[in-house]
Amino acid sequence: MNGQHYLPLTDPVLQEMLASFGAASIEDLFRDIPPAIQLTRELDLPPSLSEPEALAHLRHLAAKNMNLEDYTCFLGAGAYDHYIPSAVRHLTHRSEFYTAYTPYQAEISQGILQAIFEYQTLICQLTGLDVANASLYDGASALAEGAVMACGATGKRKVLVSRGINPQYRQVLKSYLEVRGLEVNEVLLTAGGQTNLDEALRRSEQDPETAALLLQTPNFFGVIEEPGHLADTLHEHGTLLVVSVDPISLPLLKTPGEYGADIATGEGQALGNPLSMGGPYLGFLAARENLLRRLPGRIVGETRDASGLRGYVLTLQTREQHIRRERATSNICSNQALNALTAAVYMALMGPEGMKTVAGHCLQKAAYAREQICALPGYELIFPGVHFKEFAVTVTGSPGEMNEYLLQHGIIGPLDLEQAYPELPRSALFCVTEKRSKAEIDTLVRVLEGWK
Amino acid sequence: MNAAFPLIFEKDRPGRKGFSLPPCDVPLKPLEELLPQECLRKSRLDLPRLSEVDVVRHYTALSRRNYGVDSGFYPLGSCTMKYNPKINEDVAALAGFASIHPLQGDPTYQGALELLYNMEQCLKEITGMERYSFQTVAGAHGELTGLLIILAYHRSRGEKRNRVLIPDSAHGTNPATVTMTGCEVLQLPSNDKGLVDTATLKAHLDEKTAALMLTNPNTLGLFEKDILEISRLVHEAGGLLYYDGANLNAIMGHCRPGDMGFDVVHLNLHKTFSTPHGSGGPGSGPLGVTARLESFLPYPVTAKDGDRFFLDYQRPRSIGKVHSFFGNFGVVVKAYTYIRMMGARGLKQASDDAVLNANYLLNCLKDIYHVPYRGPCKHEFVLSAKLQKKRGAGAGDIAKALLDYGLHPPTVYFPLIVEEALMIEPTETENKETLDHFVEALKEIAAEIETDPVKIKGAPYSTPVRRLDEVLAARKPVVRWKKEP
Repeated sequence: MNGQHYLPLTDPVLQEMLASFGAASIEDLFRDIPPAIQLTRELDLPPSLSEPEALAHLRHLAAKNMNLEDYTCFLGAGAYDHYIPSAVRHLTHRSEFYTAYTPYQAEISQGILQAIFEYQTLICQLTGLDVANASLYDGASALAEGAVMACGATGKRKVLVSRGINPQYRQVLKSYLEVRGLEVNEVLLTAGGQTNLDEALRRSEQDPETAALLLQTPNFFGVIEEPGHLADTLHEHGTLLVVSVDPISLPLLKTPGEYGADIATGEGQALGNPLSMGGPYLGFLAARENLLRRLPGRIVGETRDASGLRGYVLTLQTREQHIRRERATSNICSNQALNALTAAVYMALMGPEGMKTVAGHCLQKAAYAREQICALPGYELIFPGVHFKEFAVTVTGSPGEMNEYLLQHGIIGPLDLEQAYPELPRSALFCVTEKRSKAEIDTLVRVLEGWK
Repeated sequence: MNAAFPLIFEKDRPGRKGFSLPPCDVPLKPLEELLPQECLRKSRLDLPRLSEVDVVRHYTALSRRNYGVDSGFYPLGSCTMKYNPKINEDVAALAGFASIHPLQGDPTYQGALELLYNMEQCLKEITGMERYSFQTVAGAHGELTGLLIILAYHRSRGEKRNRVLIPDSAHGTNPATVTMTGCEVLQLPSNDKGLVDTATLKAHLDEKTAALMLTNPNTLGLFEKDILEISRLVHEAGGLLYYDGANLNAIMGHCRPGDMGFDVVHLNLHKTFSTPHGSGGPGSGPLGVTARLESFLPYPVTAKDGDRFFLDYQRPRSIGKVHSFFGNFGVVVKAYTYIRMMGARGLKQASDDAVLNANYLLNCLKDIYHVPYRGPCKHEFVLSAKLQKKRGAGAGDIAKALLDYGLHPPTVYFPLIVEEALMIEPTETENKETLDHFVEALKEIAAEIETDPVKIKGAPYSTPVRRLDEVLAARKPVVRWKKEP
């Protein structure tokens, strides 16, 4: 039988163990299951495979996928093809890390506890905020948890949500908020592709139930929002500013801390995590100090051991489900710890210079690609605002057909915007990271030129 | 006194770098042309500066201050810390899985969709459910989504039901989830056998009941033998039955939640199906439902048309989305590999051996520690250290003392209905010698408590740090490093 190499009990040992407590057979141990529901047949599963056979089967399935080692990717929209240094995987695949559970026993879990404490610090340094938690499921749930936090902190029940926020995030937000009676209202964009902040301020002033304004910057179209003194005015209305940010952009762009955001969330995948068809990723969440006790999920804190030595533990656990049960700040238990570790290792390797280099290359390369593509007849930049690594353009035909054509030339093309934004027909969202070379961008432009 | 283990920030040295990137090869524009002043970061980016070898040594040293399943026995109750096969890691890292973009389109990742489709067929068969979503990335995420589905179902029938029943032995995520959906929790006291009392249940069911959330076997490791009666009562009252799959490892191939009458099921691939817990995540919590709830699942679901696989977004009754993309795909790859290797007989034997190991341990320990609920148990059991507590050292102290034996302790102080609880789940991947070593350790600790409880209260002695002060951490929270001014 296959799978036996994970099951060390041999038959004689099994008999000996059964006999030790007077059981005649394994079946004796399952007699408490009512006969009416006992399965009398074997489960109907595909035949079991030995290790080489399993590897062959999985390789066969993997080979049916067009992967980014073979194709050049100009697709982003919430998942990004950044370079992952070799050391990242080696370190996060130390099995003392990846085969451990949540660090409930702190004395034998100092490794991950310290790594997460460092991760929390790195996220604070990146966002310019005071405190951060140990990770959430992804960028979407982090934004939703941030919105819920804002409602709790203000005692209000409505949030204003920019239409410039990733459409998938807005859908998750609705799932999380509406069921608990919190209202999600949309704020439209200006012709420049930024959130209409005047409109947002007007609405937060008029409606005293407005708990928070939610922005993404750079927004879904790659346009950088310019909050200016927005946060101060929002605070006068008793409204918080909650943002979703791209961590790769923060070494260059004004931080949430600098423009006065109360809560910053985001997708941490770009920090060293493979694309992996959308997961596992990690959501990060940072906030101002006064919101510490409202943070969802795990938090690692510093303490002392019995001999006075510095150490780390899971802390402020009275916020959490296993202690507080129905009064917890969230139900989250398992989070994305190993992905947070990955993000920390990535940031430690890159350091300030590496992080700035990556951000700078994204900015320059996206600008070059934008200029080259928009020089083609029929391709026009949709929003004139300031961009980071993504930009939306009109294309000369169906984006779906264009992407099929690009695929034939070894290119994974941009996102078709029409599904999420019917007001933007024949439009596509390109992404250019530091991984793309000038030659790859030039090839993209040449192929686009040859299409229609 | 030993010196504190340095933080990565304390190893920062100007001029060091740990990355290697090519120069930017497009014509460069002045920064101010691309980013106006008001968009720029003004504050210093204070990340540590280290060479690659510094980073490698730092995290290698940290890993040696951590304990995983590969380090040794890990009988953490309700967590199913079984061995995590190495092949799973290799498979998930294949470029065809790790390097695919979630939005690159159905025709470009037919293999990934086929895997999800195959996995769904396997999980349907193992649990007796009709359809699965993989968007839920953890047990608690599954619970939230499951309740959203249950509430949407009731609403679709014009009913307003907002009360969810939960046994007092349940995981904390259950009541926390109910709050997140705006519903009210009604806690059911367990009977003297540690099970749901059908008379009590009946008394609490009414037109407000949205669902009963149940773990079976429950957190005491006991099979809810009245499950068919429970199911009948809940359904007659118009409610639905939610299965918390944390303990599925006890019953694979023996019985199925679908046959017990459950309407919604979440699984924990990171428990039952061998994927690593990653020091707290990522997990994966696929959500299965019966036919009448199928249309409410989050969109998209995986579907097949002829020999073509696709993501089906045409789901007008769907509760919406709960994840940016399609859940923790990389984790599903690992669990699928495991299921394909184990097959039907392997999975059943896994449950057989998990239950045998638990009963063996229970029998070995029953004369030393108080047994609040009699066996036979399923894959886990709960002891009480109340006798030891009277002598001066309780469950938490026993846990710390086990650390000095190089063993991970059981779950302590849970479930809440057992005083000084020690919740022990050995799993099927442990051999008898390991179990015997664990028994010996617990015997010695119990004996030591009789003679010198103070010593046990001072444990651990041999770990990288001594017992840590959790109260201090919570009273004066320091949750990040800051540069000395």
